[in-house]
Amino acid sequence: MSGRRDWPLFEVFVRSRRGLSHVHVGSLHAPDAELALRNARDLYTRRQEGVSLWVVEASAITASSPQEKDSFFDPAGDKIYRHPTFYDIPDGVEHL
Amino acid sequence: MYGNDFASPSDAPSASPEPVEPGLEDFWRIVGEDGRIEPRDAMPEDYRSSLVRQIAQHAHSEIIGMQPEGEWISRAPSLRRKAILMAKVQDEAGHGLYLYAAAETLGVDRAELLDMLHTGRQKYSSIFNYPTLTWADIGTIGWLVDGAAIVNQVPLCRCSYGPYARAMVRVCKEESFHQRQGFEALYTLSHGTPQQHEMAQDAVDRWWWPSLMMFGPHDSGPHATAGHTAKSMAWGVKRFSNDDLRQRFVDMTVPQAEALGLTLPDPDLRWNESRGHYDFGEIDFNELFEVIKGNGPCNAERMANRRRAHEEGAWVREAATAYAEKTAARRTAGAA
Repeated sequence: MSGRRDWPLFEVFVRSRRGLSHVHVGSLHAPDAELALRNARDLYTRRQEGVSLWVVEASAITASSPQEKDSFFDPAGDKIYRHPTFYDIPDGVEHL
Repeated sequence: MYGNDFASPSDAPSASPEPVEPGLEDFWRIVGEDGRIEPRDAMPEDYRSSLVRQIAQHAHSEIIGMQPEGEWISRAPSLRRKAILMAKVQDEAGHGLYLYAAAETLGVDRAELLDMLHTGRQKYSSIFNYPTLTWADIGTIGWLVDGAAIVNQVPLCRCSYGPYARAMVRVCKEESFHQRQGFEALYTLSHGTPQQHEMAQDAVDRWWWPSLMMFGPHDSGPHATAGHTAKSMAWGVKRFSNDDLRQRFVDMTVPQAEALGLTLPDPDLRWNESRGHYDFGEIDFNELFEVIKGNGPCNAERMANRRRAHEEGAWVREAATAYAEKTAARRTAGAA
């Protein structure tokens, strides 16, 4: 094997058409962002799956930890009044 | 192109049930609810290592699978067929890359996996150790080999490991083109001159049994505890036994062969009204294990080509790294 250090990992996001947001589709290795973009085009949009691509170095992403998922997301759990279905509305009232 | 996980009987693991280790309650709950495990979740170590092996073997199969068909790009009979074949071989490279990326989410790196392939510590599908002798082999591979791969791969779209399942969704979408182009190429030959028909029949005669072997050894009935099947099923990685998938493939393929006007080389192949399936003859699994061991017609050639491509491509990777370093240094200097 060659002694090169591994190329960084890039996460790839594709906007499939105008009006939709970019969605994560996978990842790839590349020496830099410019080549990551070109490789992502060849790898993830061979069949016109996208009109726009983002590549982000995986090491630049900060993620929530799966271990603390309960405590991290719990604060939203008991705030059911944030949903419209929480409220009682008399019968016959429309457009509300 | 291909996804199944089996080993020769000698390295089959024991399939004893294990007690739930502390910290893995979430894992078993999610698997039990048919949910998806994601990369940073806690998971049993043998779930992780077995997935690494399976996904890597699958990825290796995709990139080795470029060789038998790649050999025919320069000899395709028309520009149309050539463009199609190039697109297909490029897809196989893409499938390999989706899968290497999925394997990497389990904490291994690409270079390590390629090294395992190049040193023979990880395998690829035995089907690619058979030669592509005529143009009809290209059509036959698309029809039978990709057809068998689809039957294997569709259930993997629902496998419990999220990144693998998502990669398989992409792969399966693209495989459909692979199979149809193969069928069409073979149909054209079969309905051409008598020599062309004979060439098509010859290719089908050679590829039929190896295609059935792609599903792996028997693992239902008395063989149910052999190989990786029991564990893989408990983990939600494997959904159907090798034998069930093989039967599904045979049932789908027999009418397609009739439409092609070609016969399948099995005197025991016939519809069984009481089972509602086609019966078929005994498969020579000794041949499969010999090929897995390295004694197939093309094992040495496939590995030599793969290593050579990797070594001869080294300068491109090094140049790209050097260029990236140079431009990064310039940017830093410019910013200072």
